[in-house]
Amino acid sequence: MSEVKFSKEHEWITLEGDVATIGITKHATEMLGDIVFAELPEKGSNVEKDGTAGVVESTKAASDVYTPVSGEVVDTNQAIVDDPSKINEDPEGSAWFFKLKMKDQSEMDSLMNKEEYDKFAKESAS
Amino acid sequence: MEIKKTSLNKLHQSNNAKFVEFAGYEMPIQYSKGIIEEHKFTRSHSGIFDVSHMGQLFIHGDETLTEELEKIFPLDLKNLKQNCSKYSFLMNEDAGIYDDLIITKIEEGYLIILNAACKDKDFEILSNLLGSKFKMNLDNNRSLIAIQGPKSVEILNSIINGVDQLNFMTGNWFVSDNQKLFVTRSGYTGEDGFEISISNDKVEKFVENLIKKGAQLIGLGARDTLRLEAGLCLYGHELDINKTPVEANLRWAISKSRLSNGGFIGSKKIMNQMQDGASQIRVGIKPEGRLIAREKTKIFDDTDTQIGEITSGTFGPSVNGPIAMGYVNKEFSKVDTKILLEVRGKKHPANVCALPFYKKNYVKGVN
Repeated sequence: MSEVKFSKEHEWITLEGDVATIGITKHATEMLGDIVFAELPEKGSNVEKDGTAGVVESTKAASDVYTPVSGEVVDTNQAIVDDPSKINEDPEGSAWFFKLKMKDQSEMDSLMNKEEYDKFAKESAS
Repeated sequence: MEIKKTSLNKLHQSNNAKFVEFAGYEMPIQYSKGIIEEHKFTRSHSGIFDVSHMGQLFIHGDETLTEELEKIFPLDLKNLKQNCSKYSFLMNEDAGIYDDLIITKIEEGYLIILNAACKDKDFEILSNLLGSKFKMNLDNNRSLIAIQGPKSVEILNSIINGVDQLNFMTGNWFVSDNQKLFVTRSGYTGEDGFEISISNDKVEKFVENLIKKGAQLIGLGARDTLRLEAGLCLYGHELDINKTPVEANLRWAISKSRLSNGGFIGSKKIMNQMQDGASQIRVGIKPEGRLIAREKTKIFDDTDTQIGEITSGTFGPSVNGPIAMGYVNKEFSKVDTKILLEVRGKKHPANVCALPFYKKNYVKGVN
């Protein structure tokens, strides 16, 4: 599995073969607070880099989830739809959102590595 | 304009509050445990709310004041006993609501608790209506603390002996730490609880004492989910200048004895609507599944006609599901009516339901 990469919209992504797994970062869940609703893209649909690909809602507000890369949705995580509190518990592990079959793996290049993202998150939070 | 702070601001900070601006004040939306934990703690134990941003208006006067206030509020104030409280409204001639409030008869006159965002305008309106005959003081030297939840009576009584003898919607002056506090048995969470009016220089120590006894600070986020589960209106959402108490389904708050003769501001409209019904009515709404329908969500019938709008919507932690309130055309206001909510361009099924979503635990009488 590839190194974890991060987007400015606070998504994380890993790549295995040509299938990317995408979720939201721990930092994002801390900003959102208790997550009580999750909506995921439909399996078989195509999503475009930086386009919306889902929604999460906390007790306070709704936020769009963006996809950091383009591709066809090949799997979604029904467990987080049934129990959205799992996203707060394990955002960068078992609470992944969706898997994409990527078209253009070079889209990964512009994303941040862990160190860069941590710095970005710290700066954008202050 | 500079943002205002309550006397508990430092205490909020030291308890890791996340702040938001609310009605010109820097207020805690939540602390480190988060809204759901804070909500559940209030329902099972005892939550402390800093509501010092709300207005505490003392009006001093005798029977003449009662007569003048009866020209304003739809209440039978002549028969209101000393230290008893009523929920009411400040309205315009069309019965549009300027503010909703709690009014308590006290020895010196009346104490009115006003919403933070409305208090200055309310003061102006009431000053114009009452003239200069009565001493009016929108008291900035006093803080207001709510303590809510089943353990609150025990905790508060251990600090202010005797508050356990108060009935729901009554109050009294108490002495604690050499100062006079006004305590009412009331609140806005659907739980038993109290509101304490206390001078600004004593409030921090008082709240620290409550925390030592086992109560916890709760932010505005949980205050909102608690009041919504209890089916209670929030000004600026369910209530505003374009809504009347009848439309808001708050007929119960209008004294029956005032309906025959009117004589209060807005009485004509209220009496007409009481007779003919209002065209739109506030209802409880439960979306099917887990979907949350926020404020301004449009409500449709099955023929694609818009029949109303959501005024508040969130996830109810004690209900463990999404809940909402909104206004619908009266023919759709019956419990169990199927409606559709448009969220992110798609229509989702929901049902009109009875309020409250969560059953109240108010203490009716202790004697």
